[in-house]
Amino acid sequence: MATAPKVDVGSDYKEKYGFFVPEDYVFKAKRGLNPEIVKEISWMKKEPEWMMKMRLRSLEIFRKKPMPTWGADLSVIDFENIFYYLRASDKQSKTWEDLPPDIKKTYDRLGVPEAERKFLAGVSAQYESEVVYHSLHEELSKKGVIFTDTDSALRDHPELFKEYFGTIIPPADNKFAALNTAVWSGGSFIYVPKGVRVDIPLQAYFRINAENMGQFERTLIICDEGSFVHYIEGCTAPIYTSDSLHSAVVEIIVKKNARCRYTTIQNWSTNVFNLVTKRAMVYGDATMEWVDGNLGSQITMKYPSVYLMEPGAKGDVLSVAFAGKGQHQDAGGKMIHVAPNTTSTITSKSISKNGGRTSYRGHIKMYPGANNCKSFVKCDALLLDDQSRSDTYPYNDVDAENVTLGHEATVSKVSDEQLFYLMSRGITRSEAETMIVNGFIEPFTKELPLEYAVELNRLIQLEMEGSVG
Amino acid sequence: MADFEIKDLRASVEGRQILKGVTLGISKGEVHAVMGPNGSGKSTLSHTLMGHPGYTVDGGEVIFKGKNVLELEPDERARLGMFLAFQYPVVVPGISMTNFLRTALNSKRGYDGKDRSKQVSPKEFRALLKDELEVLHMDDSFLPRYINDGFSGGEKKRAEILQMAILKPEIAILDETDSGLDIDSIKFVAEAVNRMRGPNLGVLIITHYTRILEFIKPDFVHVLVDGKFVLSGGPEIANRLEKTGYSEWVSDEPQEVA
Repeated sequence: MATAPKVDVGSDYKEKYGFFVPEDYVFKAKRGLNPEIVKEISWMKKEPEWMMKMRLRSLEIFRKKPMPTWGADLSVIDFENIFYYLRASDKQSKTWEDLPPDIKKTYDRLGVPEAERKFLAGVSAQYESEVVYHSLHEELSKKGVIFTDTDSALRDHPELFKEYFGTIIPPADNKFAALNTAVWSGGSFIYVPKGVRVDIPLQAYFRINAENMGQFERTLIICDEGSFVHYIEGCTAPIYTSDSLHSAVVEIIVKKNARCRYTTIQNWSTNVFNLVTKRAMVYGDATMEWVDGNLGSQITMKYPSVYLMEPGAKGDVLSVAFAGKGQHQDAGGKMIHVAPNTTSTITSKSISKNGGRTSYRGHIKMYPGANNCKSFVKCDALLLDDQSRSDTYPYNDVDAENVTLGHEATVSKVSDEQLFYLMSRGITRSEAETMIVNGFIEPFTKELPLEYAVELNRLIQLEMEGSVG
Repeated sequence: MADFEIKDLRASVEGRQILKGVTLGISKGEVHAVMGPNGSGKSTLSHTLMGHPGYTVDGGEVIFKGKNVLELEPDERARLGMFLAFQYPVVVPGISMTNFLRTALNSKRGYDGKDRSKQVSPKEFRALLKDELEVLHMDDSFLPRYINDGFSGGEKKRAEILQMAILKPEIAILDETDSGLDIDSIKFVAEAVNRMRGPNLGVLIITHYTRILEFIKPDFVHVLVDGKFVLSGGPEIANRLEKTGYSEWVSDEPQEVA
């Protein structure tokens, strides 16, 4: 019998993304979390005092808040075993050649410089705790677009920074938002001035290299009236036997008539806990689109949310989750209709295989007075075998009048009829399964820039081929 | 010995034996028609030949190119040169017809993602498609559509024959290809099949009605009743069935109305 080329997921991930380079770091904080470490981070960054105080206050909140127990099992995280701050290079580079060779090699292997040359307007590369490389097309900076790392933004744009930082997601929002605010480092800061359209995407690439690393980037995007930006983030890490933690906070403000699209292709190794808070405030006739692809990690808990603050505001979440052996993807979205005549959609596609578990968790809230709102939720789960699991937890909370709220959920298996049909044309079983899965997530892939769509299909293919062996 | 030998094939579905010993030899260059009333085992025959997992082979063998294809996976049978035009083509959302056709053709040619010399070139693929679309009176607007998704009955059947034309099998099984087709579609489909007829192709047409046989003239006709052939001969059998239906063998079989 002719067989398809078999690729073990683990070993392939290792080759493509899972490599690590020896640590030769400028600064590595001790393991564990205490006020001294928080102060040290702030001191290293030469931050204003208000930020240090905010960090310390957030650490207190983190300590006081109980571990959330309503979602994935987080009891295994050992917060004292994590490195909260790692600085791999003592400066930020404007050219790839300037980077320390190990770090440059890492991004070369990940294909980031090549992607930048081909189709990106700006690139940010974060390695451990700090952004090590940054670029932005000159014409965009001339138009007043700011695209920088968040630490530099605090230094270089203090007013803008202080006006918005922590206003969308305050430290007390949840335990991990508090943790992030206490130890945040790196992330992207974007400001798009009134009426400016950034037609080609900006990208940030987040890389964890060290074992037991905690990465806590903090991203803040402000789209001024009538502007447009598409921001893409990608993430990978090496495979270690013990765990790493990624806990980001992303705050976005989309002002009148503006549109922001935020695309994530997360492909963490399966030893990473990925606990991220993402939220956007959207004003009159503006649009926020979360396009969220979750492939890797051991546990992901992520529910991008949109607060629809003024009439005409629109929010979309389009997400895909793929859970393989030992993985739990607990993902979804939240749409908070504060103003009348606002609309939202959540489309969630999940795939579980080899005992993997996916959960859709969503919240639609319509406040009193938020009349004439529309919301539609669609979640489709595809199970590839009998050991895998998928659950749906939709919460609806409607106190408004004359609203439309739709919810559709399907769970399906790869059907024998579809497999037989494709195979009867000479296509191998594994390739046929991959095609069916890629077809299943096509509504997601078609929203990605071509290069990312191709990459995502390839990642799915690798995951699928691993299941045949 | 024929190029494609079905020997004493027995098969069952959900524990019920449907095929009770079918023997048939098809050589390239020949067109055979298997006709039979409802429930005679026609679709069991086509599905079993192609290896549908819901059908269990209880005995017999099917020899093609020195292999017993009953031991092969459906994809291996296809790559060996078999093709089944489905009675009910399956919808696969999210995959365009173009992607499907290209992937199938690459698979047929043994391209496994490595040896690029086996891969169909975009130019060759486009030319091939253009040619075959014309014969089937299809326009290329259907190429970006998902596999059989939202296709009309006629579009589905034509798409099946398009796949056949692209994949160029040596043994093609047409399962009730005429059902649900208007007369124009039948003509286009028949024209496409007739164009492929020749020394490199053996065809097995499975049909209830004689209508498609007016357009694709069979060399041999076999009547399948209750899982066995009860009559085999030349095209004259089709004429006989045209008049009397299956009443010789089955009492309550309705006559064709259309």
